[in-house]
Amino acid sequence: MSQPLKPITDAQLSSEGLELRDNGRVLLIACGALAREILALINANGWTHIDLQCLPAIYHNEPSKITPSVKATIEKYQPEYAEIFIVYADCGTGGQLQRLCNDMGVSMIAGPHCYSFYEGNTDFQARQELTCFYLTDFLVRQFDAFFWRPMGLDRHPQLLEMYFGNYTTLVYQAQTQDPLLEAKAQDCARRMRLAYEYRFTGYGDLAATLFAVADNR
Amino acid sequence: MSDQEDDIILSELNDEDLVAQMFDDLYDGLKDEIEEGVNLLLARDWTPYRVLTEALVGGMTIVGHDFRDGILFVPEVLLAANAMKGGMAILKPLLIATGAPRVGKMVIGTVKGDIHDIGKNLVGMMMEGAGFEVVDLGINNSVDAYLEAIEREGPDILGMSALLTTTMPYMKVVIDTLIEKGIRDDYTVLVGGAPLNEEFGKAIGADAYCRDAAVAVETAKEFMARKHNRMAANV
Repeated sequence: MSQPLKPITDAQLSSEGLELRDNGRVLLIACGALAREILALINANGWTHIDLQCLPAIYHNEPSKITPSVKATIEKYQPEYAEIFIVYADCGTGGQLQRLCNDMGVSMIAGPHCYSFYEGNTDFQARQELTCFYLTDFLVRQFDAFFWRPMGLDRHPQLLEMYFGNYTTLVYQAQTQDPLLEAKAQDCARRMRLAYEYRFTGYGDLAATLFAVADNR
Repeated sequence: MSDQEDDIILSELNDEDLVAQMFDDLYDGLKDEIEEGVNLLLARDWTPYRVLTEALVGGMTIVGHDFRDGILFVPEVLLAANAMKGGMAILKPLLIATGAPRVGKMVIGTVKGDIHDIGKNLVGMMMEGAGFEVVDLGINNSVDAYLEAIEREGPDILGMSALLTTTMPYMKVVIDTLIEKGIRDDYTVLVGGAPLNEEFGKAIGADAYCRDAAVAVETAKEFMARKHNRMAANV
């Protein structure tokens, strides 16, 4: 995998995605919101045979764009790779992404969304937390760009109750231990008028899944 | 919609201009102005039903079309809905008291495990605007809650909503239970929610998947018309 020529910005990951392709045999097609964590795993483990193509993270807000974009990316790169792996969970596609993967003969990470696989799908499901709103490292950093502004809460704070009236708690699922991010997450909870809970997850099932993909040489 | 609104005194407008202004005020989500407009029209001897259909629903229809066409986005629709809610709060008791025409009755709720209700609330409000009686079960509804409600209320339509991929399969649990009990065909079942699609609606045995609140209203009206036609044919 090639290394980025200049520092990667969250704005770039949100709106453009990221292409780090070289001569790898395995291509990960991933959500831009996972780019830093995937890169950290690739670099830490010396997975030089793995390339990474991230799609814009802002698709988080428009899940209907995920499946067609993943499909187009698979079609574009499938001839160049021995294996393609999709690092999106269902992510609000209503099962469409899984059906696409089945149809195109590729695999994807298990789970309903990244909140689940970061915590570990089994543990997340066992919690049965109906009234929690989750943020990851990326989403804490991008809180205003992904939630506050698109929901119009910067202009119409009176909508807060309509959006989050049924929620009780903001859970910050931390991938890294970063006091600044924790302070920001706490502030997000205050702005949303929710209780706050810090939960260090690390990379959860993401790490185990990518180890399995990397080892399947 | 315009910068001149500060200068407009609603009470000085004739009926036609007032309704046109209320369309603008709904579009801009101005709840106080909508409430004032509703009260003005009622004071001018408009029936509550006429205020609802001509002033509020007419305005929300434009909002719905512009949302569908990508001109308006969720925050603006919610503001408009909130303004309409203000007007509906005034009209609802009057509509009941005056025996306004009722198109049909709907029981609606978000399914078990899901607390998201923005779409469901919009549908409920638009259905009320279209003349349906709406019984809102709220969020996180078990199959028993739906069954109790339809037995108690005797609706024409059962509406189910889900925002999560993990909760939308529960709609099938409800529909399968209706089938088991032999009452599935007594109700029109409409489903909606962001991760759903038409294919899913068909797969679980719903009568229709509704993409948004405006589609839900049109679909509900169509099914009510079919029901009336069937009843008429059987007379």
